[in-house]
This record gives sequence, structure tokens and C-alpha cells, in this order.
Amino acid sequence: MALTEKDVRYIAGLAHLELGEEEMRKFLPQLDAILGHIEKLNELDTARVEPMAQVTYPAAENPALRADAPEPGIEQSDALANAPDQGAGCFKVPSVIEKD
Amino acid sequence: MAQETQLAPEVRSRYEAVIGLEVHVQLLTRSKIFCSCSTRFGDPPNSHVCAVCLGLPGALPVLNREAVSMAVKAALALNCAVNPQSRFARKNYFYPDLPKGYQISQYDEPLAEHGWLEIDSGEQMRRIHITRVHLEEDAGKSLHEGFADSEEKSYIDLNRAGVPLIEIVSEPDLRSPEEAYEYLTQLKTVILYLGVSDCNMEEGSLRVDANVSVRPSGAEKLGTKTEVKNLNSFRYLQKALAYEVERQIVVLEAGGGIEQETRLWDSRAQKTLGMRSKEFAHDYRYFPEPDLLPLAVPEVWREEVRRTIPELPRAKEARFESECALPKQDAKLLAASPATANFFEAAAKLSGEPKSSANWILNDLAFLLQEMGKSLEDSPVSADQLAELIVLYRDGKISSKIGKEILRTMARTGKRAADIIAEQGIEQISDSGKIVAVVRDVITANPRQAEQFRSGKTATLGWFVGQVMKATNGQANPQKVREVLEKELAPR
Repeated sequence: MALTEKDVRYIAGLAHLELGEEEMRKFLPQLDAILGHIEKLNELDTARVEPMAQVTYPAAENPALRADAPEPGIEQSDALANAPDQGAGCFKVPSVIEKD
Repeated sequence: MAQETQLAPEVRSRYEAVIGLEVHVQLLTRSKIFCSCSTRFGDPPNSHVCAVCLGLPGALPVLNREAVSMAVKAALALNCAVNPQSRFARKNYFYPDLPKGYQISQYDEPLAEHGWLEIDSGEQMRRIHITRVHLEEDAGKSLHEGFADSEEKSYIDLNRAGVPLIEIVSEPDLRSPEEAYEYLTQLKTVILYLGVSDCNMEEGSLRVDANVSVRPSGAEKLGTKTEVKNLNSFRYLQKALAYEVERQIVVLEAGGGIEQETRLWDSRAQKTLGMRSKEFAHDYRYFPEPDLLPLAVPEVWREEVRRTIPELPRAKEARFESECALPKQDAKLLAASPATANFFEAAAKLSGEPKSSANWILNDLAFLLQEMGKSLEDSPVSADQLAELIVLYRDGKISSKIGKEILRTMARTGKRAADIIAEQGIEQISDSGKIVAVVRDVITANPRQAEQFRSGKTATLGWFVGQVMKATNGQANPQKVREVLEKELAPR
């Protein structure tokens, strides 16, 4: 299977990445090789294998549930401590709404 | 290409609207769906957050059992089959209020499927099918307005990130904006009865998106649909859908084609507008959430939840009609919200007068509350206070006119009916002796009218009743007054 430049541009777009010509030449064969490897794995028939089968087991009820009891999280100041920009107790980001 | 032109009715009638609704309902758990942060609304921004809902690296989600119970409750009440096993999936997209870069939702194995909800579409009842009910987490809140630098910046509050939601997806069974409105009303009522959400649209705990298409009336094939978002009130829903249906017909009539797109309702412009950026071509790259186990809802749990489902609006309405002998319209109004239904049932039980209770609640009390800008939930007159008033009226202690005044005083002062009557000395006069005395006085004072009555102008009787009521400050029992007058005025 051969990945095309169009495929790579599309995936890059979904990941909000802009690739230059140089990078395209570099990444196209790399991605193609990775997908080739996955393709190899696809030869295995996993139709009857549950995702996460290694940790599921039959039980009367899902044991991994939490009770609905609120507990304090972290302070607002700690939550915002690493934010590049903040104000009024909020994270500040470049405007994301379409303005006329 | 906005259309301002009104569509001619004969053109409109050649088309049929096909509408499906996706309704998001915030569940009333105390903590979030995948972490223990509080879900309380209205607190300072980013004060209910932790490593999990902030999407910090390495944090792992743990599912809230109560969120599942509430979702199952809603699914069962909507006649869905609850899947014994369902699975969470990641929905990938970038938006600043989604810190992880994906929303944990459900995709190909939802919690519940194949349900239905009955709506009243004019004359007959119609079953609107429900495709699925699934669990997911809410995103945070983006604030685009109100700050000095709002032109360049959006503000993000993540208190809401991770609050549990259920998404209820209907089949495209709705045939008009009115039906969509009725469906949403009915859905909201059921959810309110279940107590799993407060369905407060202003606070965003009930959100609606619509899939809209049109096709020639009678056609089988579905037209191309658009998704209409931003329908954050019942009023907007109907307006936006009506606009969108009309817009699509105009496009088709002009020989154009409908573009499959997401459109936003702009309540100021009263239009739906296509989103300028066609950014995400809706490629969410769903895949199973590896951090969570498949969700098992065994029969025991499901049935335990089923037992907590209260009598639902339709059943209540039917019972009010049959058991309490109420007109259909009244039964419907009383069953329209759990608050009203509970109030009515309490008043009816305490007074033993369901019919009278319905009348007082739907007329006098409703009017009074509207005047005071209150609802039944914060009614200054409680159900048992109203029941006392109703009993006093039934026993002839007060006239209906006085009753209305007492109700007003009760609402204002919070006093009980009996106390107001004792204080103001306004108990109804049913004592014949007293009434006869007043009646005789009135007749003596108005010989001309008395003569008219005796000469056959019996319509004068009403006038006399009025005079007697006036003379007694409205306290005389009108029934008694009428009886006594007829006797006293009879030709001797």
C-alpha cells in the first residue's frame, strides 16, 4: 500500500500541523513504513478478540466504578499555574469564535 | 443567500419536513463522570478541576456509578433496550474547552438503543423512535464576550468539563417544527419526572441540535440534511426549524441543491447561518477508550434502576382523567411538570376534592402566581393550605368570591385561610334568619323593582341577588339568597 501526499496533508490537517516540502519528503516514507507494519499486524484475525480482553473478567457487576461523592480537586491558582495566559480565573486562548 | 421572502402556502404544502433531534441532558450527579470534582453550577471558574478533567498527562478516568444509574433510568423510561455491555470511545477534535483533545463518549456500542417516546400530534398520539441513549462527558465553557480583550481572546472555564451528559438521539420521525417542539417538551417532562436532570436550558443542562431536511410530500427518499446548532431555548427551536425548512424549500424551488453542512441559529438575525469555516469535516477518528473497562449493566442493576422509575407523565395524565374525572386538557396541564402534579395530588388528597383542587390550581392560583412572577415550586400558598381553603369553600363557609380574596391574602401574608376568616369576620352567611332580614330590607327599599318582578319580569332576580350581596359585603351565600328572594318576592 502506498500512502499519498494528499493523505499525509489530510492527517497533518487533523493534527493542526503544517508541513513544508522538506518535511513532506521526510515523513511520507516514514508514515508509509509504519502503516505497512500495522498492515502486517492486520493479517491476524482479531474479530473474536475483545479490546482490553486482558483486564476484563466476568463479574456480577463492573468493579471499577466510583461512588458519587465529590471531593475537592486542586486550587484555581494551581490549575492555572502553567497556563501561558490567564485572566479572571480562566485560561486565556486566542479567540476561537468567528467574528465579523 | 439568505431568503427573506415568505413561501407561498401552496409551495410549502408540496414539501414535507423531516427532523431528528439530538438532545444533550446534563445529569444531576454530585460529582463528575470520570473524577470526583464537584458538578456544582455557578462557582468561580476553574474551582472544580483536577488532573483528570484538566486532561493532565497520566491521569486516568474512573466511571461514576450514579451517572450510569441515571442514564439507565432515562433509557428505560424512554423504552430503550439497555445493552448488557457497552463501550466508551474517544471522539477526537481540537477545541480549547476540550483539554484532552478528545471527548470520552460512546460510539458503536452505546448504553441503550431502540426506544420511543409518545407525542401528542394534534388529534392522534405518535410514537417518535429513539435511536440511542449514550453517556458522555461535557466539555468546558468558552467565554467569548464580556472582557476587555474579548476581541482577541477567549476565556476558558473547565468547571463543566467532565460533567456527565446523556445524548438522546431520535430517528428522523418528526414532520414539523411543531412536532419537534412537542417531542422536546415531552422529553423534558419525562426527564424532570425521573429527577435525573433539572433540564435548565439557560444554564445549559438541556441542549438541542437538529438534523433537518425536506422532501416532496409523500416521497420515500430523504433529502440532504443540514445540522442546526445553537438551539438554546424552546422558542428558538421552533423558529430556527421553521426558518431552516423554509430556506431549504426555497433553495430547491430555485433549482438548487442542499449542501450538507452545520448551520448556527442566530437569534438576533432570526436566521440559520452556515458556519464559515468548514474546518472539521467531522472526522472524529473514534476508537475504543483504552483507559476504561467496557461498561457492564447486568440485569440485577438494570432492574434495580427500573424500580426507581416513578409514574410517568402520560400515565399520570390518564389517571387524572379517569380517577379524578378531570377534562383532558386539565389533566394534561396538571401532569405537565412533576411540581404541578405533586401539588395537585397533595391538594386533592388533603381536601378530598380533586375537581375543585384542579380548578383552584389552574385558575385562581395560577393567575396569582403569574402576577407575582412565581411558579408552583415557590408558591407562597402550600398544597395543604390550599386544601384547607377548598374545604371551607365546599362546606359553604365562604363564597367563591370571598375565597379568591382569601387566597390572595394567604399568598401575601402566608396566613391560613381559617385565621384570615376569623380575623376579618368574613365567614359566609348561610344562616337563613340573617339572610331573610337583609332580603326584606332590600325589597322594602326597592318597591319598584319588586313590583316589576311580581309582574313577571323575573330577570330582576339577579339584580336583587346583587343588592343583597352588596349589603352583606359579599358574605351571604348566593344560593341561599336566591332561595329566600324567590320566596319573599312571590306575589302574595
